[in-house]
Amino acid sequence: MALLSKKDTNLITDPLADNNPITIQVLGICSALAITAELKASLVMAISVMFVLGAGNVVISLMRNIIPSKIRIIVQLIVVATLVIIVDQVLKAYAYELSKTLAVFVGLIITNCIIMGRFEAFALANGPWRSFLDGIGNSLGYGVILVIVGFFRELLGSGTLFGYPVLGDPIMKTGLYATGYENNGFMIIPPAALIVVGIIIWVQRSRNPALVEEN
Amino acid sequence: MANKTDSNVYTVVFAAVMVVVVGSILAFLASALRPNIKENERFEKQQNILYAMGVNENGDDAGSVNFIPTDVVEDEFASYIKEQLVIQGDKITEDNEAYLIDLKKQLANIKKGEDYKLPVFIGEKDGKKFYIIPMYGKGLWDAIWGFIALDDTMTVQGVYFDHKGETPGLGANIKMRYFMDDFKGETILNGTQYAGIDVAKGNNDPLNNTKDDNEVDALAGATITGNGVSAMIRETVKLYKPYLETIRAK
Repeated sequence: MALLSKKDTNLITDPLADNNPITIQVLGICSALAITAELKASLVMAISVMFVLGAGNVVISLMRNIIPSKIRIIVQLIVVATLVIIVDQVLKAYAYELSKTLAVFVGLIITNCIIMGRFEAFALANGPWRSFLDGIGNSLGYGVILVIVGFFRELLGSGTLFGYPVLGDPIMKTGLYATGYENNGFMIIPPAALIVVGIIIWVQRSRNPALVEEN
Repeated sequence: MANKTDSNVYTVVFAAVMVVVVGSILAFLASALRPNIKENERFEKQQNILYAMGVNENGDDAGSVNFIPTDVVEDEFASYIKEQLVIQGDKITEDNEAYLIDLKKQLANIKKGEDYKLPVFIGEKDGKKFYIIPMYGKGLWDAIWGFIALDDTMTVQGVYFDHKGETPGLGANIKMRYFMDDFKGETILNGTQYAGIDVAKGNNDPLNNTKDDNEVDALAGATITGNGVSAMIRETVKLYKPYLETIRAK
């Protein structure tokens, strides 16, 4: 193992499966409901969170010994907000189109509970490199769920993927629609995300009974 | 064991230092990037105005929205937009920077009962005149805005919509071509009344074949954003009615 020790690798792989931030820790649900109506938005959100969480974890980790514990939550909030604003401003100046796509996510990133959760639970107690890996791992775990939910919601709700019609044209009745298939309008409203996430949790727990809580 | 970071003095000093550091980073960044951001916003407005009058790089497929590239938009804007007018009460003056007028501020002035300016852009393409009017309104979460291009029969030649924070996949789709293209050919007149155009649910016309019903088909799952678009067009038309009366071919 050259680059990563086994413990370090676990920091990346654990959140992808048995310690997933959405399905196991049930964090970041708000944004998972809000923006998964289409695949592209899910992917953009996943990448933005990866950047903010990776960088934020490093910053908090570097500051962990000088942050007064009484105001640590506020300090964490300031770090996230600053990072997000810096990214937003730089994109506005040099990648205007992209910044417009991201504008709607800015508020959602700052309030994403996964970010505060990882700062609080990991970065405050670990070194920068491990914190960085933890940030990347958790945002990957978050992103995977987002993309899965986005895939099903866009496919079943709009019949498209990344905006491309894959099932035919619902108005001209071509492709699958010629057989009488209809888009499920329910899938594009937020409660549908809750159901998809619920199904993912169910599948995950039935495959790994160790995850099921004792009553 | 008491830690030095637990003392009140340390906490207050830390907070103060942090605020100053973060504040200066952000202030420095904002002022350093400001010229670039301003220019991008200027180009965007020019692109949007040209888009509404049909000067864009859209292909024949009903796919994505393609603007005139930013490196040529300034020249194109100058060549297609023949006049930029500012309406101030009964007075109409020409102003080459009318496109920089912030409609949001003007609408606020109207509410406060102060003087306000309304910009109109007159474009010409293939010998046809376009009257392009800016719009500003409210969606579900935040502001929506756009431009509507009319000819002298009050028939819509093109629109452009944009939004600050409508829901992706739902309300955000007002800036998709399949929605904006529906407005082409619709009339804002109902008889001689300035009625605007309603984003209507269940008008049984998903292909938008009926062009004289003052209605376009709504977006599924985006009722409030759609109502916002209807209201925005209605308000704009009401506001510009005196001017539109003067250009309408009778």
